Amino acid sequence: MPELVSHPDEVKVISYRFGQGAANLDKYVELGGYESLKKCIAQGPEWVINEMKASGLRGRGGAGFPTGLKWSFVPKQSDRAKYVLVNGDESEPGTCKDHLIFLHDPHAIIEGTIIAGLAIGAKTGFIYLRGEYRYLLQIMEKAIADAYAQGYLGKNIMGTGFDFDVISHTGAGAYEVGEESALMESLEGKRGIPRIKPPFPAVVGIYGGPTVINNAETIAAVPSIFRIGAAEYAKLGSERNGGTRLFGISGHVERPGVYELPMGYNLKKMIYEVAGGIKDGKKLKAVVPGGSSTPVLKADEIDVGMDFDQMGKAGTMLGSAGVVVLDESVCMVEFALRTIKFYQHESCGWCIPCREGTDWLKKTLTRFHAGGGVAKDIDNIKYLAENMLGRTFCPLGDAAAMPTIAFVKKFREEFEDHLNGKPCPYAKAGVGELVGV
Amino acid sequence: MSTTITIFSPELAARFDKLVTAYPVRRSALVPMLLYAQDEVGCLSDAVIEEIAERVQLSPLEVRNVISYYSLLHLKPHGKFHVQVCTNISCMLRGGNELLAHCSQRLGIGHKETTPDGVFSLEEVECIGACCWAPAVQVNYDFHDNLTPEAMDKILDEYRAKAQSAPKADSNGKGV
Repeated sequence: MPELVSHPDEVKVISYRFGQGAANLDKYVELGGYESLKKCIAQGPEWVINEMKASGLRGRGGAGFPTGLKWSFVPKQSDRAKYVLVNGDESEPGTCKDHLIFLHDPHAIIEGTIIAGLAIGAKTGFIYLRGEYRYLLQIMEKAIADAYAQGYLGKNIMGTGFDFDVISHTGAGAYEVGEESALMESLEGKRGIPRIKPPFPAVVGIYGGPTVINNAETIAAVPSIFRIGAAEYAKLGSERNGGTRLFGISGHVERPGVYELPMGYNLKKMIYEVAGGIKDGKKLKAVVPGGSSTPVLKADEIDVGMDFDQMGKAGTMLGSAGVVVLDESVCMVEFALRTIKFYQHESCGWCIPCREGTDWLKKTLTRFHAGGGVAKDIDNIKYLAENMLGRTFCPLGDAAAMPTIAFVKKFREEFEDHLNGKPCPYAKAGVGELVGV
Repeated sequence: MSTTITIFSPELAARFDKLVTAYPVRRSALVPMLLYAQDEVGCLSDAVIEEIAERVQLSPLEVRNVISYYSLLHLKPHGKFHVQVCTNISCMLRGGNELLAHCSQRLGIGHKETTPDGVFSLEEVECIGACCWAPAVQVNYDFHDNLTPEAMDKILDEYRAKAQSAPKADSNGKGV
């Protein structure tokens, strides 16, 4: 069972119920659950959307689009039913924050979904979990059944006259499905390949109806925003980056785990103080700051605030806030190869730059890492990746290209070392036969 | 639709009858149904595909087209306990590759292979969402985290004992 960690710098706004048995409905209500929903129903949709805008909450899935603004894009009048779709298809390597929300606080996701539905005028919400999270799906299914039994879902919620249904749904293993339009295809029972945009989901989404799609963490933050107040929530973060974030820190740190910290928290401090520094007293080599798709930072580049804007200025992205820490022992070519192997495996194959690009990158990096590289491979790898950027239907191509470019740019000397030392000069003994890379 | 002849248990058949009505479109139930059917039957056999196709009113070919997309769906049976070792970046940094090599040696099988007695199968998988508790392994739907080769040995022993003591005992994901 995933272990909970804590640190005095944490600001527990959405994780404050973790470890308190709040998957149980009575406990959730005892800890203030469903009060925000009551407040939102009383105040009405327009107030809810304005408060969401005031909170400064930006989508926690990776792109960081302002949530209140997204909700306001849904047309008020529609001939078709509107929907809320919660993206719990958490599959970005380095990211395991939603795992803890589903485990410890499923009702926060249900309550957030109902509030989103109220705001846009939807009557149905879908909560999509990745297929691997079966034990979490069971927790979610029970939470939904309990919420129905106690009148927090269904007809006439809490006697307010508001009706809303929530359906949990499971995927069956596909990273691509985390992309919002592929998620809709998957929910509709098809191969999870992306749709061409526009139209955007806010206008034409699942079953052709206007749809709001939010990441599970975004939705889980919603009840807390109305609990503490939008203005208070906004104040917790940095400029244009409201609130807190669940940062998952993994890799070579002493205390890996999921920590809730204010947006804009310093990355260096996060690694050395919150996560206890580099494991076994080794030296830091690099940090992948926001999940595997975000460009790597070198050890001397980590004195930076963790929010969407500051990370952008630093040449990388906050992404899903999955911080992966690499010590001096890691071979960056092997790490680049493992990263690209994932994207090659997960490319849906629909568009050529991604399907062919990830495949060639994997083949070239495999040969290169094994000692069969030639000098021009280094620039070829970069050239291939650069030619994928911005040329694919969905962001998976970019997600593969961006880190690859950064690995070559920032650790070129390690690529050059592979030309001289054959095979990998950094290889650990006895590993690699089975890895399938 | 209520299928009169079903290859599923009465409980699962009843669940499927309900599931297709939960969505605005029957087809939406397809992926969950395939996953749950596979858990009960062991794999997506021709008979499973045909019945599910009928239940969601698609052709078997359309169902196969969906199956081939998702990594958790499989046409051939796995071992009773399917050991899925994550070697993605966070797990790799904390010994995921070594764990995979250890499992392979211990079970005497490679990637996507099954032991001759059918108890274990092994697969190297992409990120399973347990990065902060790496290295992690999923056996059927059970998560095991913060693993070492020694801890893995104990876990494999426990599953083997389970398989021997009660041939039909299931881990928590099966038959759900």
